[in-house]
Amino acid sequence: MMLGILGGRVYDPRNGLDGQVADIWVKDGRVVAAGEVDRDHAEIVDAAGLVVMPGGVEVHSHLVGAKVNAGRKLRPEDHRGHERARVGDLRSGTGGTVPSTHLSGYLYSEMGYTTVMEAATAPLVARHTHEEIEDMPNLDKGVFITMGNNHFIMQAIRDGRPELARDYVAWLLKATKGYAIKIVNPGGVENWKWGKNVGELDDEVIGYGVTPRQILETLAWVNEELGLPHVPHIHGINLGRSTSARTTAETMKTLKGQRAHYCHLQFLSYGEGPRHIHKGEAAMLAEAVNADPAMTVDVGQIVFGRATTMTSDGPLQHMLHQTAGGRWMNDDVESESGGGIVPIVYKRTNPINATMWRTGLELFLLIDDPWRVFLTTDHPNAGCFTSYPQVIRLLMDSAFRRQMFDGIHVRARRGALLPELEREYTLGEIAVITRAGPARALGLDKKGHLGVGADADVAVYAEQDDKEAMFARPRYVFKDGVLVVRDGAVVAEVPGRTFYVAPPHDPSVESEIRAYFEHAYTVSYENYAVLSGDLAHTEPVACG
Amino acid sequence: MSERLTLISGRTRKQATGMHKGKDSPEYHAATEIVEMNADDMARLGIADGGRATLRTEVGEIALTAHEGALPAGLVFVPMGTTVNGLVGTETFGTGMPSFKGLSVEVEPAGGEPAGGEGEGS
Amino acid sequence: MSTVVEHVACSFCGCLCDDIAVEVEGAHIVKVKRACSNGQGIFMDYDPRPRRPLVGGEEVEWDAAVAAAAAILRAADSPLIYGLSSSASEAQRKAVELADRIGAIVDSTSSVCHGPTGLAMQAVGEPTCTLGEVRDRADLLVFWGCNPDQSHLRHFARYSLNAKGAQTPKGRADRTMYAVDVRETGTTKKADHFLQIDPGCDYEVLSTLRLLVQGGEPEGETVGGVAVADLKELVERLKSCRYGLFFMGMGLTMTAARQLNVAELFTLVAELNEYAKCSVIPMRGHGNVTGADQVLTWTSGYPFAVSYARGYPQFSPGEFTAVDMLARRAADAAVIIASDPGAHFPRPAAAHLERIPTIVLDHGPSVTASHATVLFPTAAYGVDAAGTAYRMDNVPIPLSQVIETGRPTDEDILGRLIEAVRT
Repeated sequence: MMLGILGGRVYDPRNGLDGQVADIWVKDGRVVAAGEVDRDHAEIVDAAGLVVMPGGVEVHSHLVGAKVNAGRKLRPEDHRGHERARVGDLRSGTGGTVPSTHLSGYLYSEMGYTTVMEAATAPLVARHTHEEIEDMPNLDKGVFITMGNNHFIMQAIRDGRPELARDYVAWLLKATKGYAIKIVNPGGVENWKWGKNVGELDDEVIGYGVTPRQILETLAWVNEELGLPHVPHIHGINLGRSTSARTTAETMKTLKGQRAHYCHLQFLSYGEGPRHIHKGEAAMLAEAVNADPAMTVDVGQIVFGRATTMTSDGPLQHMLHQTAGGRWMNDDVESESGGGIVPIVYKRTNPINATMWRTGLELFLLIDDPWRVFLTTDHPNAGCFTSYPQVIRLLMDSAFRRQMFDGIHVRARRGALLPELEREYTLGEIAVITRAGPARALGLDKKGHLGVGADADVAVYAEQDDKEAMFARPRYVFKDGVLVVRDGAVVAEVPGRTFYVAPPHDPSVESEIRAYFEHAYTVSYENYAVLSGDLAHTEPVACG
Repeated sequence: MSERLTLISGRTRKQATGMHKGKDSPEYHAATEIVEMNADDMARLGIADGGRATLRTEVGEIALTAHEGALPAGLVFVPMGTTVNGLVGTETFGTGMPSFKGLSVEVEPAGGEPAGGEGEGS
Repeated sequence: MSTVVEHVACSFCGCLCDDIAVEVEGAHIVKVKRACSNGQGIFMDYDPRPRRPLVGGEEVEWDAAVAAAAAILRAADSPLIYGLSSSASEAQRKAVELADRIGAIVDSTSSVCHGPTGLAMQAVGEPTCTLGEVRDRADLLVFWGCNPDQSHLRHFARYSLNAKGAQTPKGRADRTMYAVDVRETGTTKKADHFLQIDPGCDYEVLSTLRLLVQGGEPEGETVGGVAVADLKELVERLKSCRYGLFFMGMGLTMTAARQLNVAELFTLVAELNEYAKCSVIPMRGHGNVTGADQVLTWTSGYPFAVSYARGYPQFSPGEFTAVDMLARRAADAAVIIASDPGAHFPRPAAAHLERIPTIVLDHGPSVTASHATVLFPTAAYGVDAAGTAYRMDNVPIPLSQVIETGRPTDEDILGRLIEAVRT
């Protein structure tokens, strides 16, 4: 199967293309050199005057699995009015802030995205995540496995046995067909099972005597030892609190020089402000990010409107319930994790929400290197992923940004940095923060670029002044060289593959894990692991 | 003479075991064609322990073997299944759930035996 | 020559005990270890011999049965797909796909079990946990309107009352148990405290508990037949325990206030979290009714009572719930998957199933199967069909294929129906 996307203005930052006219040749799902394709037998797409980019790479989104599905079930009112009817062989679905699985695939596809990372799954329920993944088409996927409150790991740290933690993590990633180490409020979620939390990096985890700092350091070390393609993906302590900027900066200092990714940094960038309205500390955090080239972040940009907060951060979610009122879902997961869900609305007339919105944009504009700051809304926590085109416009169009800024609550405008930041992202930089950068940070070397050997995931846009309209409606999207979207609408469904890692572990750890299962779990060791046969399309990504 | 009592239906081990054997099995019939009642209610209604009782709603009427059970006055228990569902209506009050518990039923001795008639006319 | 298959999950109830050992000789199960009487029944009372499908009571070939079923579905204006909860999630996904493609209504046994619980969760949320948290931490258990002694026979031993865990090394001795019910049961007899409620008064008692938690004073000395002094004592315990756990069942979902009862309980649990950790776990009945909720939710956005008639999912309990669809005669054909509404539905609803053409997938005889227009004798999930099921606490458990019988699975047949209605 051969394809030529010809004459477009190509933005392929990894390969040095910043809008130059170039042809992209595809054969059997991969980008190939021009000479390899027989033009007479290739499908030719005339991209003259159009913008060509690699397919979008989502570095952090809550789309599939136990917590997400609880959020779907919780909010029938969120789906009504956002239905998608069945068309031909395509499935119907419902949207809103937590779309159904097929529709999630279609909606990402319709924005030109082709790879997504599921941001957090507890190992015990990884099987559920993979089942939902089978029903989310048009995307390649990976799953981040939460480990920051894992009993086996905390025990190993307490007992001074980091190598045991390392071998356990290797075993765990294979057992869950996971892609990366995810850390959420290390130690805090375990303390929440006692009704408490952590507030400082050196607070103790009840029953273990280990600290968040130790958990972070150990898992960062484990990540290096195992040579995982991605880095530890960190949702730090104190998310949402006025101490977050300080403790996030401390966390960054603790791991300085070690590769790490700080997710939805906006939610962790607050300082103490007057009258309980948090102060946005984007400048301080941006400086820390700029100073440490080993670090990547994604912003978690607030979008005004409805959202659904859902994280593994149990105590945070309870706090949101206490402040916002309304419905609250909590789930404590034995020996591993926890989490909760609280529906929310972000209003520009709410000074706290407005400050959060402003802080996210400031992070984007103050962090110098687009290769280290990625576009997310921590979907669906800060906003729905379908709002990415709006965020792109805010980054590229300072007048539009200024206009929106002028409409937010006055207390969030007073003394704000944002109006002074006139930087406008270029198309090339957008290609970095939505494609090339995430792919590189994830260690997916066939994604996020259009060089020879890349997967033929290509998005073609008609350039418009209104960048929101432009990125909301690609002219064409190809997944592995197959046309899946035309004029912003899905025309075909392809299954996509699940990336996972399989680092080796010392087999002697298995007997310890087996013994641990006897008292730690209510399922058998033999029934815990997701087996290759359970999954339809998987692809291992090399470690080391 | 009959009285209105409140019926709850529900799971029992024997009903489930009978179900595994098949809903036409003697075990299932034995397990589901019974009603547990408060002893005072039974005495007042003239239903013997081990005797037959008729239960009736606007949906239908069933005959069951009555046993004394640890029920408060006014409450009867019948195991879930084909037989008791002959009494349950389809009103779900917009929820989808019929009144499998808390159902008002008329109860009387089967064959309309007179009160206090243990062994009489049966 | 027998072999023993270990770590088998029993698929009967929401406990999904996965420590069962099944001794097999060829395609026969000869012995089952550690299972309760229901698990014994699932494995030992199943006649796994492959059977031919029936159309109108007559044996036919599989292709003919599929064609007959497809014809029924194509002719139907308002087909209902029901059951699902004794089927693996792989089959449930196919059932929903079929509904999507033909514009059917799809509902699971949730609607006559914990449907009201789902409605309550949608109204107020649900603080919950997995069963291992109960075993390891829970020092105060309240069984409300449920009777695990008769319904979930290994629940006490494996997960709750008697189970030993990290904070509960002495098991039963490390716990205080309450049971709330309208009558004495095997469960209430095991409780340290039995609160006997007047029938239909759960809502008032739950409301009173909420009032007491907030420091209020109810009028009178009893509420719903329960002494206020006893309720005060319960509240004191709830506010000072290490980890409190409510298990709830049909006593709340099937009585007058239905989802309002459950919402009041869920709200109580949420409010208790200001004082102490507290969670609630619904005692899901069928082995994979939780899976049916999960699958329907991730594909449609809604957990049960879903209509695809307009080409997209719509959710309306009371409208698209199976009992209502049948009572109103709104369904003109039905696909019943691994379920027996003919036996378990109110008679007037079950009667409609005898009027309309029905396509039944089941591994054994049932009242519904005896009236089927087209009957597909499929494998029993967890016995001769592998797959995934979801425990009452939402933990996914893999089911084994313990014997090979050559029977098609529900997933196979539903896949064939999907193809057949396409052409």
